[in-house]
Amino acid sequence: MQINTIKTLLLSLFLAISFFGFASDNSEDKTNEKEFNVTEMIMHHVKDAHEFHIMDWNGHAVSIPLPIILWTDSGLVTFMSSEFHHDDLGKIVVEKNGLKFVKFHEEIYFANPEAEHGSYISHDAEHHAINAKPLDFSITKLVFSMFLSVVLLILIFGFSARAYSKNGVPKGIAKFTEPLVVFIRDEVAIPNIGEKNYRKFMPFLLSLFFFIWINNMMGLIPFFPFSANLSGNIAFTFVLALITFVITTIVANKDYWKHIFWMPGVPVPMKIFLAPIEFMGIFIKPISLMIRLFANITAGHIIVLSLISLIFIFKSIWIAPVSVAFSFFISIIEVLVVAIQAYIFTMLSALYIGSAMEEHEH
Amino acid sequence: MSLALLQEAVSYVPFAAIGAGLAAIGAGIGIGKIGGSAMEAIARQPEMQGKIQSSAIVLIAFVEAVALFAVVVSLIAK
Repeated sequence: MQINTIKTLLLSLFLAISFFGFASDNSEDKTNEKEFNVTEMIMHHVKDAHEFHIMDWNGHAVSIPLPIILWTDSGLVTFMSSEFHHDDLGKIVVEKNGLKFVKFHEEIYFANPEAEHGSYISHDAEHHAINAKPLDFSITKLVFSMFLSVVLLILIFGFSARAYSKNGVPKGIAKFTEPLVVFIRDEVAIPNIGEKNYRKFMPFLLSLFFFIWINNMMGLIPFFPFSANLSGNIAFTFVLALITFVITTIVANKDYWKHIFWMPGVPVPMKIFLAPIEFMGIFIKPISLMIRLFANITAGHIIVLSLISLIFIFKSIWIAPVSVAFSFFISIIEVLVVAIQAYIFTMLSALYIGSAMEEHEH
Repeated sequence: MSLALLQEAVSYVPFAAIGAGLAAIGAGIGIGKIGGSAMEAIARQPEMQGKIQSSAIVLIAFVEAVALFAVVVSLIAK
């Protein structure tokens, strides 16, 4: 126990220090050009990107190019994001299949025929780009990160499954995964869905838990193949919540709909008043699932990066120990928070599914 | 016209910061109450510690989520 605690502390310290390294790499370049913009740096990290930015080295961005896949009126167009040469202001035009593309604020647009102030993008009054956009199916940083997490999960659970092939005794990584699977079954599925129906939903709940958890954890690791803010992306959480919503709606029995539209044991005027509220509740539940995960993970990333940015806001090395200590502390809390968020998402999904299948006696 | 100029001059970032702060107060009160009651309950029935802890964590996540909704709104409003 003692040794484990020390190991955890050392690991977290290492993580915090690497965060520090990342932030300083990022800023050295920017101070040369202009004032270090904290908001810009944080938002750049939190959002999706067409290339995997690792660090800046002597004013040059070091990044892994990722494929760009576009669907246009004249068919599929693919090229590597390195052809934009790190341009994000619509200044470099890539010509493919007779079509011209520019990248502006991490979105791909069709380029204007003429450049204006060096940029091939037209703006409206609020400085939003108004050019037409192709459909973008690119393997972005987040998509890449998701594929990586899927590969990791397949490996982990492939090995876990193989560990049981000889006799029923878990060995290797299965010793780690079995208690978690049993935990989801005994603490999440059975109490919320019920002894009778829970087996059907175990694959979904386990996938949900491990997928969210591993992506949350990968977001906390601050160096290259990880560190993408995937579970802090609203589209990602939206799809997970949508799956829960669809399952809840499909498995719902007569009693569920009755309790929403004409709940028994309530006076009629109250029924008329409550029915719309209950009806909205069907949608608000998955929406709150979506926003909870999104906001928690994004807030975690923003807090760690803001604490590191304190050094560059105060422009003093003496702030560094304080901000490293704080981000170390927050990183440890985040390890707990990401596990709790995966648990909460799974638990509430199980709860909603369970409540849709509940059988009442009246 | 002058109103439009005024609106352009006013930055909403400080208000967003105030909003995030207010949300933190609310979440602080909420989580404090949950933690306090959970402690009391565990002191009365130490054998129920596991159950009380897990439901307290779930409740804290609910309270925290509301605060984080406010953070999201503050992020958007600028």
